[in-house]
Amino acid sequence: MAISILERIRDFFIQEEKTDSGSSNVAKERLQFILVQDRIKLSPQQMEEMKAELIEVITRYVEVDKSKIDMDISREEEKMAMVANFPLKKQQK
Amino acid sequence: MEQGKAIVVTSGKGGVGKTTTTANLGTALALLGKKVCLIDADIGLRNLDVVMGLENRIVYDLVDVVEEQCRLEQAMIKDKRNENLFLLPAAQTRDKDAVTEAQMQDMIRELKERMDYVLVDSPAGIEQGFRNAIAGADKAIIITTPEVSAVRDADRIIGMVEAEGVHDPELIINRIRGDMVERGDMMNIDDMLEILAIEILGVVPEDEGIVVSTNRGEPIVLSNNHLAGKAFNNIARRLEGEEIPLMKLENNDSFLVKIKKFVGLN
Repeated sequence: MAISILERIRDFFIQEEKTDSGSSNVAKERLQFILVQDRIKLSPQQMEEMKAELIEVITRYVEVDKSKIDMDISREEEKMAMVANFPLKKQQK
Repeated sequence: MEQGKAIVVTSGKGGVGKTTTTANLGTALALLGKKVCLIDADIGLRNLDVVMGLENRIVYDLVDVVEEQCRLEQAMIKDKRNENLFLLPAAQTRDKDAVTEAQMQDMIRELKERMDYVLVDSPAGIEQGFRNAIAGADKAIIITTPEVSAVRDADRIIGMVEAEGVHDPELIINRIRGDMVERGDMMNIDDMLEILAIEILGVVPEDEGIVVSTNRGEPIVLSNNHLAGKAFNNIARRLEGEEIPLMKLENNDSFLVKIKKFVGLN
């Protein structure tokens, strides 16, 4: 009983830290990003270059909203996947 | 006689606990009645002898065996506490290139005929020393701590170990702190397993007792009242095929400590 009340009070005081979502999430996200680069052996610069080239090719054929392009390399089970999202601009009628 | 098993303990990053793990798993397996030989493959920077408290007994070393300056059994130091346990020390004044992969393989093959387990303490890094350490291994144990840098290196090492034909390495997460995981300031076990896509062999909590045991040259599995010692004993039993659940990571502060923390005294 005493413990739970203490803990509740303590939790109340350190709530602020918790809402910061903790540095472990930062570690996990950074690590995932680093490992993608390690595994596919592309430097961040090469990644940016690839991204730029892909955008150039795609915009040659369709009109995309460049400000909303999103590219990411994620890991699904054992495999790596590159997921790119190119939102199309609305057709002018 | 049935052949023993050669297990390499490796990590990529230095300072995550390879030597401590090798010493403790070896001691724990010997306590279970297994015949164990530890090999220090860190030529030029030997340390396993110190962690085991056997540094004063070294006459010959691994390089002497390879160069046929002595017989294998002459270089094997018998542990002072357990007659099932032996240490083959690294040479301190030689270079990593003093031994080749083929020579390591031969030596480990010979040891496997006499031992139940041959545990190889790998040097940090991905150089020749690491290649020698994994050369004769049937299995690899990867050590990491819950830090970005250590997990990153572990990922690299897992890939290299598999490329060398040592399949299905297993992970030990060392020096984890339940209190930090609980408040979200340390990656938890699931995070690391998800990222590395590897089987877990064990989790060892951070324990001040490790420093004390290293000071004394007595592996922590020999004392009964340490969480880290218990964790290493559990891992040894898992290697022996027992099903033992992972140790619960609790904030192991006592009530008194909690009160002290609460009022700001700790």
